[in-house]
Amino acid sequence: MKLFDFWGGVHPAGQKHLSAEQAIQILPMPSRLHVPLQQHTGRSAVAVVKVGQTVRKGELLGQEQGGVSAPVHAPTSGVITAIGDFTAPHVSGLPLPTVTLESDGEDRWLEQEPPPDPFALEPEEVAARIGEAGIVGMGGANFPSAVKLSKARQARVHTLAVNGAECEPYMTCDDRLMRERAEHIVDGVRLMLHALQAPNAVIAIEDNKPEAVARMKAACQNEGQIRVVVVPSRYPAGSAKQLIQILTGLETPAGGRGTDTGVLVHNVGTAYAVHRALRQARPLISRIVTVTGGAVAEPKNLEAPIGALVEDLLAFCGGTTDAPARLLMGGPMMGHPLPGTQVPIVKGTNGILALTAAELRLAATPSPCIRCGRCVEACPMGLMPLEMSKRARHDDLDGAQAFGLIDCISCGSCAFACPSHIPLVQYFEYARGALEARQRAEQKARETRRLLEQRQARLVRAEQAKAEAAARRQAEKRQARMKGGATA
Amino acid sequence: MIAAVLSLTLLGVALGWGLGLAARYLRVESNPVHEEIQQMLPGVNCGQCGYPGCSGAAEALATGKASVTLCPPGGPTLVQALAAKLGVAVDGASHSGPPLLARIDEATCIGCAHCGKRCPTDAIIGAPKQIHGVMQDACIGCGLCVDVCPTECLQLRPVAPALKTWHWPKPALGFGV
Repeated sequence: MKLFDFWGGVHPAGQKHLSAEQAIQILPMPSRLHVPLQQHTGRSAVAVVKVGQTVRKGELLGQEQGGVSAPVHAPTSGVITAIGDFTAPHVSGLPLPTVTLESDGEDRWLEQEPPPDPFALEPEEVAARIGEAGIVGMGGANFPSAVKLSKARQARVHTLAVNGAECEPYMTCDDRLMRERAEHIVDGVRLMLHALQAPNAVIAIEDNKPEAVARMKAACQNEGQIRVVVVPSRYPAGSAKQLIQILTGLETPAGGRGTDTGVLVHNVGTAYAVHRALRQARPLISRIVTVTGGAVAEPKNLEAPIGALVEDLLAFCGGTTDAPARLLMGGPMMGHPLPGTQVPIVKGTNGILALTAAELRLAATPSPCIRCGRCVEACPMGLMPLEMSKRARHDDLDGAQAFGLIDCISCGSCAFACPSHIPLVQYFEYARGALEARQRAEQKARETRRLLEQRQARLVRAEQAKAEAAARRQAEKRQARMKGGATA
Repeated sequence: MIAAVLSLTLLGVALGWGLGLAARYLRVESNPVHEEIQQMLPGVNCGQCGYPGCSGAAEALATGKASVTLCPPGGPTLVQALAAKLGVAVDGASHSGPPLLARIDEATCIGCAHCGKRCPTDAIIGAPKQIHGVMQDACIGCGLCVDVCPTECLQLRPVAPALKTWHWPKPALGFGV
């Protein structure tokens, strides 16, 4: 298969050797799990259980709300001890509505029958079952997979690209999953193809994972529709838009979606979750998490239940050797700092990274931009980060937007390449947040205007009704008087 | 017949020409800022500012006679927008920082229903002698209800930060980028 190239990109040190040879281990069930009701893009799920209720493993905890949403399920059997705010795995340390579940240690499943032949089901039915299993994009975007599949089928997507590139340094969860559960992934891909009604699938893996490539190729041997493609290792080859460009040579239009090119990208972890949902009737209640970094005593790949605390995972990996200089959820390029270890892992958590000061570039203090243009060379979206950051710094949000702020994928290549160590991505995140805040304020102003007008109209109506009532009373009085006069 | 048509046509042309000239040469210069400010104001002529409608308020603002905090329904968003437009500093009376919204302390609400009548956006719900509530989405934090509450159960309180509205702060670097 002919491969194409994408513009820009960087070559950060892979550091995958720390955990790549560690087979997936199952995290012993923690005594308490904290399952946030919002682990996906879209509207939050709403709790359907009560405090004190006993639930079995896989039972529904939160029902999805509206079109773009996903349900959450109990990762083990036990008793609900609390439903309320709990710190989210987010840099702000703000809380999210969370269901707290105390494990009873029995791990009893809620037995459900999988469909005898999922391929006999209608494509919509397959997508609906994927939605009911609470499956969201497991590469980190957290978008509900069923919605993505249905939309792509309507858009007549011709190729499903299964993303096993795992370009983020340190992360090895997809690598291990492909090495150990290749057949299940391929089955999941076939099921997704059925849901999509698309003719072919491509599994893309970076060339730094030869064992995963060999295992996946072996698993695909008898699948005419599915091909394994080895792509060169370069960050961010695993970003959906860049992967599409590598495979097809087509660039996603500015402001558009990947499916505009006729290709839909799903992560290998998602394919595995689809297999579990349709072949075993198991909802998404656990995932593979890479716990690694220089500050972790024994880096590992763990199959951990959703809602386990970061603390539990770190403790199982022998704890941190010395206080980590930075604790991240996700990889070093796109991961987010955590407010502490008392936060749960969620469906989109691919890794926990505890970095030492030596691994970080903390000593490098930012200095002024020298306009060398290395960020422009590194940007895989063909943007000009130096121009955007300058405008963001001066709060010229419209200016930043005109330079393509909306098309930035926050991959961090520019900040990685910057010799002045300017936190470019933070500028873009700030500008995007400020833009959204401005839009919210404008929306509120419009809404206020509408409410004011409605109140004004209501007052006028009330006034009219009063005047009419008064007139009617007067008329009745007059009539009564005239009648009285006539009888007299 | 022809004379009448002709004379009326001529009269029309002459007067039209005269009016056209007058519109060009005798035009009263209006302040362009006035128009722009009027666009920013809510435009419902509620009269709470003490000026004859939003047009009057816009004129007072444009000539610098009124404070940018004059419009209660506009709320803090409008105050900031007006201050930026007119290049003035917001005086101490108004508030900067997280936006304030009205909230009712249910323990001390006696259901007098005074607040609901004052609310310009009908954000307060509740029947007489029942505990009232403020719909946070509709409240604009104008504070009109706070003045009439006999038990001081209605207060403006800062909106708690939420995950949905949180975003990264601007990096604090000591130099230009």
